[in-house]
Amino acid sequence: MAPPEDRWLDQDAGPVVRPYALIGGRTRPAGETLDVIAMIIAVRGVSPDPVGLEPEHRAVLRLSALPISVADLAADLDLPLGVVQILLGDLRERSLITVHNPIPPARLPDPKILKEVVDGLRRL
Amino acid sequence: MAYAGSDRAGVPVSIKILIAGGFGVGKTTLVGSVTEIRPLRTEEPLTAPGTRVDALHGVERKTTTTVALDFGRITIRDNLVVYLFGTPGQERFWFMWDELSRGALGAVVLADTRRLADSFPSVDYFEKHHVPFVVAVNCFDGARRYDPKAVQSALDLESHVPVVLCDARKTSSGKDVLIALVEHAIATIKRNSEPSAEVLAP
Repeated sequence: MAPPEDRWLDQDAGPVVRPYALIGGRTRPAGETLDVIAMIIAVRGVSPDPVGLEPEHRAVLRLSALPISVADLAADLDLPLGVVQILLGDLRERSLITVHNPIPPARLPDPKILKEVVDGLRRL
Repeated sequence: MAYAGSDRAGVPVSIKILIAGGFGVGKTTLVGSVTEIRPLRTEEPLTAPGTRVDALHGVERKTTTTVALDFGRITIRDNLVVYLFGTPGQERFWFMWDELSRGALGAVVLADTRRLADSFPSVDYFEKHHVPFVVAVNCFDGARRYDPKAVQSALDLESHVPVVLCDARKTSSGKDVLIALVEHAIATIKRNSEPSAEVLAP
């Protein structure tokens, strides 16, 4: 059996417990897991029902006033990706955000977009 | 830029590129050479899928594995953004790769010729999942230079997979690697959309 100090003193224990507590111990979001580069936009003009919304949900809504990717949200909020995906699942269920899934590269509406990426990289 | 028949007006087009390779091969350096790095934490439960996590038992032992990704963003223009994700190359992190590689434009497998075997898992993974990739050989000081052709044959790569030499510390080199990948991805998409061309080729 592991010595008792192994239970809580692991360097990861702190950051893990709080985020997963706020999402009620869930490890999977409601609905489909959002792509890390899906774009999130808060729905405007809706006053969110405060019941069941944690400060982190509100922080997500604030940051997504303009389109922002799931990965950027996680980095900005300093929350693990999985936690942000669960928060977003909650907000989507309440119709407080719009989710724009990334377009698969082979189905981009304009093939010139990838050429633009090459040109853009050359300018770096 | 608005696209006909879409409600995406004003929503950026986002493109995902993965930077993979063995431990210490220079993934962080490569991402950092072309953009500012921000850490992105992922914490994956170690419980079996579908197992209900009892609140008490869940925290009794370590139940998650914490992995920090190197995350970078390159804004090409308004509403066109490339995201880079530096991912640990070991097989035990493949749960993350499945999620990251879905819809990815492609991947860079960074390789060190002194430890070429470290890049085998990444190469296998992207081949198996049909993700276009290039192999970038990071030319460490003091490491023997190899001919890209030799690396290609040592890794048993298909002939169309580009192998480029790079110095992950240099912006010019890092961007050349990314350009090689995007051009390879464009060619791959083209080839896949014109299957007859391949069949008819002599």
